[in-house]
Amino acid sequence: MTHTITITDTEETFSCRETQHLLAGMMQLGKKGIPVGCRGGGCGVCKIHILCGTYETKKMSRVRITEQEENAGTLLACRVFPKSDIQLQVLGHLNDAVNTTKA
Amino acid sequence: MAMTGILRPGHVQLRVLDIDEAVTHYCDNMGLIETDRDDQGRVYLKCWDEHDKFSVVLEPSDSSGMNHMAFKVRTEQDLWRFESNVKNFGVETTRIPAEELNGCGERVSFVAPGGHRFDLYAEKESVGNGIPTTNPAPWSEDTVGMKAIRFDHCLLYGDDHDEEVRFFVEALEFELSEQVVDGEMQIAAFLSCSTKAHDIAFIRHGEPGKLHHASFLLGSWEQVLRAADIISMKDIPLDVGPTRHGLTRGMTIYYFDPSGNRNEVFAEDSYRYPDSPVLTWTADNSGQAIFYHSRTLVESFMGVVS
Ligand code: FES
Ligand SMILES: [Fe+2]
Repeated sequence: MTHTITITDTEETFSCRETQHLLAGMMQLGKKGIPVGCRGGGCGVCKIHILCGTYETKKMSRVRITEQEENAGTLLACRVFPKSDIQLQVLGHLNDAVNTTKA
Repeated sequence: MAMTGILRPGHVQLRVLDIDEAVTHYCDNMGLIETDRDDQGRVYLKCWDEHDKFSVVLEPSDSSGMNHMAFKVRTEQDLWRFESNVKNFGVETTRIPAEELNGCGERVSFVAPGGHRFDLYAEKESVGNGIPTTNPAPWSEDTVGMKAIRFDHCLLYGDDHDEEVRFFVEALEFELSEQVVDGEMQIAAFLSCSTKAHDIAFIRHGEPGKLHHASFLLGSWEQVLRAADIISMKDIPLDVGPTRHGLTRGMTIYYFDPSGNRNEVFAEDSYRYPDSPVLTWTADNSGQAIFYHSRTLVESFMGVVS
């Protein structure tokens, strides 16, 4: 089964199989919009908020996503497997670690 | 004998979200060998050419990242000497009894100024590298995947970079081998306790206690390319490479374990002696310092940590 994923921030859409996590679907089609990091639920850069749709998840690092966030649909895109079409907002971003003046 | 005090990185304990996925990754994909498990569910691994019982401990956890990195010191006297060095620097130490990790002697444990936990120990059970010590064969036949030779170093991101580096130099007697500087400010420090180009490295960052990568040695550039094949064959999330670093000259590839902890395998890097000059890269050239061919910084490589 393939579902349509919409990034509401940019109106970008891509299709994603039920067996793929959202980042894998996005990357396979050369689409952009959700930041890509570790793809293992550890780094937190792919943080999203699901506005509508159903999904299954794999375990996410608790230092990145709290239990409350997880229950409210704030998740890591690399740990979300779609079970229907999904609309989402992007929350995560890549830190610019080189810009040390901010650190 | 020139090599005294801290000998080498002895092990890294990594937090993983799914222990079975992690064991498959480190053993089947990278070629580490499982040597033990304990009642906390931790799994002990070593690379084929290491003699000590383990160099990686996988710890089942709710979060990813590094629990601690440990260094092996040459003698028990060294252990107590470094314990007092660390205390004199103003960092608190605790002692962890022998066998808290199976096969590991008593440890001196402390949190360095950048928020990373380090342990020191003098003793670890030796299980051998599977090759006789008399008339030894050049390599072990019992290794699969990338055939990682040894756990080599970690790169860590911490919030008090200058103090963490000063701590490693003054309290732990590491030497600076290479650095990246932006005017007066040091951005990256590569530190050695041996003749290796680095045994640990630090990058200036905003968050304490983060792991950038745990790195493992391979034998050649060809082995790095073979690792790249395995990364694609096994659908392992690739970060950057295969390429060459300016810093340390290593040929390298970066990817992530199934919990989002970054790994590196590399080969053919540089070496140093205590009288070698410190090599300096300037921040305006950091693209080339990090990725010598593309000369371009990669956002995910710079900004993603666990
Ligand atoms: S990409 Fe790292 S948590 Fe999703
Ligand atoms: Fe490295």
